[in-house]
Amino acid sequence: MHKRASIREPLILGEKSYHDITVDIAKPVEGKANRLWWIVFGVSCVLFIWWILCVGYTVGTGIGVWGLNKTIGWAWDITNFVWWVGIGHAGTLISAVLLLFRQNWRLSVIRSAEAMTIFAVIQAAMFPGIHMGRPWLGYFVFPIPNEYGSLWVNFNSPLLWDVFAISTYFSVSLVFWYVGLIPDFAMIRDKVSEKIWPMRKKVYSILSFGWSGRAKDWQRFEEVSLVLAGLATPLVFSVHSIVSFDFATSVIPGWHTTIFPPYFVAGAVFSGFAMVQTLLLVMRKVVSLEDYITIKHIEYMNIIIMLTGNLVGIAYITELFMAWYSGVEFEQYAFLNRFSGPYWWAYWSMMTCNVISPQLMWFKKLRTNIVFTFILALFVNIGMWFERFVIIVTSLHRDYLPSSWSMFSPTFVDIGIFVGSIGFFFVIFLLYARTFPVIAQAELKTILKSYGEKYKVRK
Amino acid sequence: MDKKRFYAIYDDEDDVLNAVKIIKQNNISIVDVFTPFPIHGLDHALGLNRTRLGITAFIYGCIGFIVALTMTYYIMIIDWPQNIGGKPSFAYYLNMPAFVPILFEMTVLFAAHLMVITYFFRSKLFPGQKASNPDVRTTDDKFLIEIESDNSKDINDLLKKTGVSEVKMQEIN
Repeated sequence: MHKRASIREPLILGEKSYHDITVDIAKPVEGKANRLWWIVFGVSCVLFIWWILCVGYTVGTGIGVWGLNKTIGWAWDITNFVWWVGIGHAGTLISAVLLLFRQNWRLSVIRSAEAMTIFAVIQAAMFPGIHMGRPWLGYFVFPIPNEYGSLWVNFNSPLLWDVFAISTYFSVSLVFWYVGLIPDFAMIRDKVSEKIWPMRKKVYSILSFGWSGRAKDWQRFEEVSLVLAGLATPLVFSVHSIVSFDFATSVIPGWHTTIFPPYFVAGAVFSGFAMVQTLLLVMRKVVSLEDYITIKHIEYMNIIIMLTGNLVGIAYITELFMAWYSGVEFEQYAFLNRFSGPYWWAYWSMMTCNVISPQLMWFKKLRTNIVFTFILALFVNIGMWFERFVIIVTSLHRDYLPSSWSMFSPTFVDIGIFVGSIGFFFVIFLLYARTFPVIAQAELKTILKSYGEKYKVRK
Repeated sequence: MDKKRFYAIYDDEDDVLNAVKIIKQNNISIVDVFTPFPIHGLDHALGLNRTRLGITAFIYGCIGFIVALTMTYYIMIIDWPQNIGGKPSFAYYLNMPAFVPILFEMTVLFAAHLMVITYFFRSKLFPGQKASNPDVRTTDDKFLIEIESDNSKDINDLLKKTGVSEVKMQEIN
């Protein structure tokens, strides 16, 4: 019945049966949080409160409280926006693209990766929202008939394409995630005892939409998953391409390049996988999922990080080459200024973190080492933040008119909103880790016989 | 004679698939099968029709595309044409390349959401819906075949041959 390739390493360790999977996945939901969870949650809550205060100050006083000036009209806010959106790309990429390629290792990581996508896009959407200055007028970005005559949105503008792309991406990812969650919520609903936790039973009954696991429902479930994956795959590529159009369609040296869309998509996948790695390495320890998120999974993700890191590296070098080859002085100066101007340290941090450090992944010993992977993932996260900072700030701070050249320095509000958004993200993620089935257990059970260690040994 | 409902519970998905084939061969009608995860080939063994949700997604996508076309055409060409960045707004086909991202996103938006709504509607999934699996273990590790018949002895014998682990019986009145 089940194909068992002997050269494939097991993806589910330990002598697991179907029931063991159920018990392991329901454990974090049924059990109590440990100390580590409370410590991290407490710190995140403090950062979240700081975020609320800084956002309140920004909205109440105006975006003049940020470090922006006339020359540098986009800085940390858009850097943070692109950084978070980039992180938000791994989730749907892992589940959709790897589903289409039938990569079975995806099943242990998709749920958390998609959760990360949704939470990261929430953080991302916040930044342009606050940058509007008057966020309560945010609905102006949608083509809604209004009282100002024919004041419509401008469909020629990449910023409006972004509105459509991000909202489509967010809502489709949310639906994709939820469709997969329903059978797993049903599992928890049936597992939780009504006598001990009547409230939980009720909540999970509502969340599971009355899922019963009928043969016809499973048939529809698989079809819907497949079609959504087919729709989400081009969507992932389109969204970050459109984010890159925000820059590429302008006439600022260093932005006006055709390489931006593929370069941004590769960078998004790169940073997204690094964030998945960071989260999963902690989560597998905290909620003891070492048997499901194995060294093999970590290695596969590290290989993708290395591949996309190299793609990003090629893009950096191509940019430099094209700047020289174009013969345009402004373009040449923009790149000369990037690596040797006042922001040289940002450029070289980016190069070190994104291009040089992933090369260490060529060594099997290193890419299967958990501590090394964790440190490298943090490096990539930092490097990708610097990439966006370099692209945005170094291109803007010295433009065509030398008399308006300027430098950017963040205020405490800039820093507060950024660090606070990380806290906000972790608050939601930690709550998710305690209340949701963190692994797509129903689908994982389908590969138990072909990838479980128990069955491997017995063959 | 009274009709009876049988719940045959299995421990292994291969046994279920086999049992479904045997039960079908004996011309006994299967009401439904409840499983904790999708079993490859079960829909075929049960003789279920292919789901048409994929086709609906295509239709919804076409609707989304038309909506986006109409919206951009009305807003940018008919209602208030403007010269924006020198992009021609005299005729739709001249201005259309700038709207490709919008056309694409709207197609995906309509296809995905309307298909999922159709799926929820067809499978009767919504918040507040009561679960209808006869045994709570069917979301954990048990596979259940629901059979309706009036001949209890034959059914019991037949099910034993299929490697059933547990049979429950219920009278229907």
